[in-house]
Amino acid sequence: MVDAPPLIDVKNLTMAYGDFVLQKELSFSIHRGSIFTIMGESGCGKSTLLRHLTGLKRPASGNIYYSGDDFWQSSEKKRVNFMQKAGVLYQSGALWSSMTIGENIALPLQQFTDLSARVIDEIVEFKLSLVGLKGFKDYFPSTISGGMRKRAGLARAIALDPEILFFDEPSAGLDPISSKSLDDLILELRDSLGATIVIVTHELPSIFALADDSVFLDTETRTMLTTGNPKTLATESSSIKVRRFLSRSTHLSTEQD
Amino acid sequence: MNRECAIHSNQDGDTLCLIFLGSWTIHVIPCTTPDISKLFSPQTKSLSFDTEKLSEWDSRLLVKLAKVIDFATSHGIEIDTHGLPSGVRSLLKLTQKGTVGSPSGKKNIPSGVFEEIGNHTLGFFSQSLEMLAFTGEILLAYIRLFSGRARFLKKDLTFFLYNCGPQALPIVTLISFLVGVILAFIGAVQLKMFGADIYIANLVGLAMTREMGAMMAAIIMAGRTGASFAAQLGTMQVNEEIDALQTMGINPFDFLVLPRMTALIIMMPLLAIWADFIGILGGFFIGCFTLDISPVLYYEQTVKAIDLNHFSVGIIKSVVFGYLVAYCGCIKGMHCGRSAGAVGKATTSAVVTAIVFIVVSDAAFTYMFNIIGI
Repeated sequence: MVDAPPLIDVKNLTMAYGDFVLQKELSFSIHRGSIFTIMGESGCGKSTLLRHLTGLKRPASGNIYYSGDDFWQSSEKKRVNFMQKAGVLYQSGALWSSMTIGENIALPLQQFTDLSARVIDEIVEFKLSLVGLKGFKDYFPSTISGGMRKRAGLARAIALDPEILFFDEPSAGLDPISSKSLDDLILELRDSLGATIVIVTHELPSIFALADDSVFLDTETRTMLTTGNPKTLATESSSIKVRRFLSRSTHLSTEQD
Repeated sequence: MNRECAIHSNQDGDTLCLIFLGSWTIHVIPCTTPDISKLFSPQTKSLSFDTEKLSEWDSRLLVKLAKVIDFATSHGIEIDTHGLPSGVRSLLKLTQKGTVGSPSGKKNIPSGVFEEIGNHTLGFFSQSLEMLAFTGEILLAYIRLFSGRARFLKKDLTFFLYNCGPQALPIVTLISFLVGVILAFIGAVQLKMFGADIYIANLVGLAMTREMGAMMAAIIMAGRTGASFAAQLGTMQVNEEIDALQTMGINPFDFLVLPRMTALIIMMPLLAIWADFIGILGGFFIGCFTLDISPVLYYEQTVKAIDLNHFSVGIIKSVVFGYLVAYCGCIKGMHCGRSAGAVGKATTSAVVTAIVFIVVSDAAFTYMFNIIGI
């Protein structure tokens, strides 16, 4: 696994909205089969980085390589092809509100496969039972709870058996127990699907329970502070800010260096 | 209790002692305290406080103290806070801790008139470019549609066809009937003076088929369907539903804009034909019942007045109006910001822009048809 080329390689990425530079000089790699977290304070650009990684936003400068191919230099067909290999779970679920849960999950299958309606129906049932929502096929997104919507969003994200799954703050707005069970679900899915998982989060319990690699974005210097396994970073990072964040403390003083 | 406040100063060598008296609370009428800078003399090197005679305090005292301390620190004067109550000291300490990080993002600073004008001018140009780009995208999407590469749900198309057609009939019927009635009344007053009552049939027939049928239908659809397109797409933008489509490799343009636009372009001419018919019927009722024109005569006069040219002028217009209404609804929705306020703005702007476009293009059409003589 060490020798395998990284699934996503980010080199010198600069993210900007017009003249406003959000983050600059980001370089890190995401390896196949790992769970990678993007950490940082609120407003540092975590979600924007996710939009870059999922191909929704073009970098101001720098490159993003997917299995060695430069994403923005590739043809549109290739880009769409890559995007189909990625599943995204948005903060609010982003289920299409005019369709039922079942139709939401069925849509990518209808659009990108030649499966018959009956088979698609079976896959939808199966994906729903994977995320613990069996029997919710005919409900509209507005009629189920926030936690269920996230699970349904997850079922849609894994509809096409993606190689890589992106999560935007999966546990935001969930109670500790629901968020714990969502974390467990993510781990189980990684183990059973063998997918690579990228999570934007600032929930410490989730970070420690899930991540085996991470990048830490900083608001003040507008760049990344470090990358590595959060468990190691928590004790060994040379940056006081990272240790403070990971130990959830404001009193950690510089003398402890 | 002493419900007054005062501040005394006591200069002792190079030390200034500020004595706070009475109750320094927000409920006490503000006392006239001297200007802070006047309390200090040039030789002051250090500052201390005496609050023995202070009976009560709240934020009012803190605000004053913060000002004094600010002034002192900026002039390099040493401050001894021991004379202050402990609560005051700890609160002051908290304010001096500094802010949490530096704010990022744009600050909301009210701008001046000229800046506003400049921003609007620049905004106008960038918006025009955006609209041009959107037009290009629509063209590309239709090329994809006709070469069979566009993906959208047939269910969506039938839904919007139903929504833009049959569901809009009652309101279109009511409005165009009344427009026909109004036209007939206006004409009746003038034409009666010449005893040319029968020409009401010509007036209503021509006005409805050439202008009013298509235009009223378009304006109703702008308010009804254009607004709903903008709101639907805008809400989808807010909920990241459009991002979700895009990351799945489904072109949101094909999936969302094509069915809406196609449905409206198909339905608008049909609505216009219906509006023409109902408008003429409105004129017919007025002609027959209040002006005593014989129904047969009115019918024959109408048939004589309207030929295919007049009729097709209205139909051509209504196709373009259908496109414009769908265009405004979709562009405003797709370019909507990510807040509830932005959805409201998108909806309003979709209706306003659509109506402006309808009237402007109608004027252009009328001028053009006039020149080529149809």
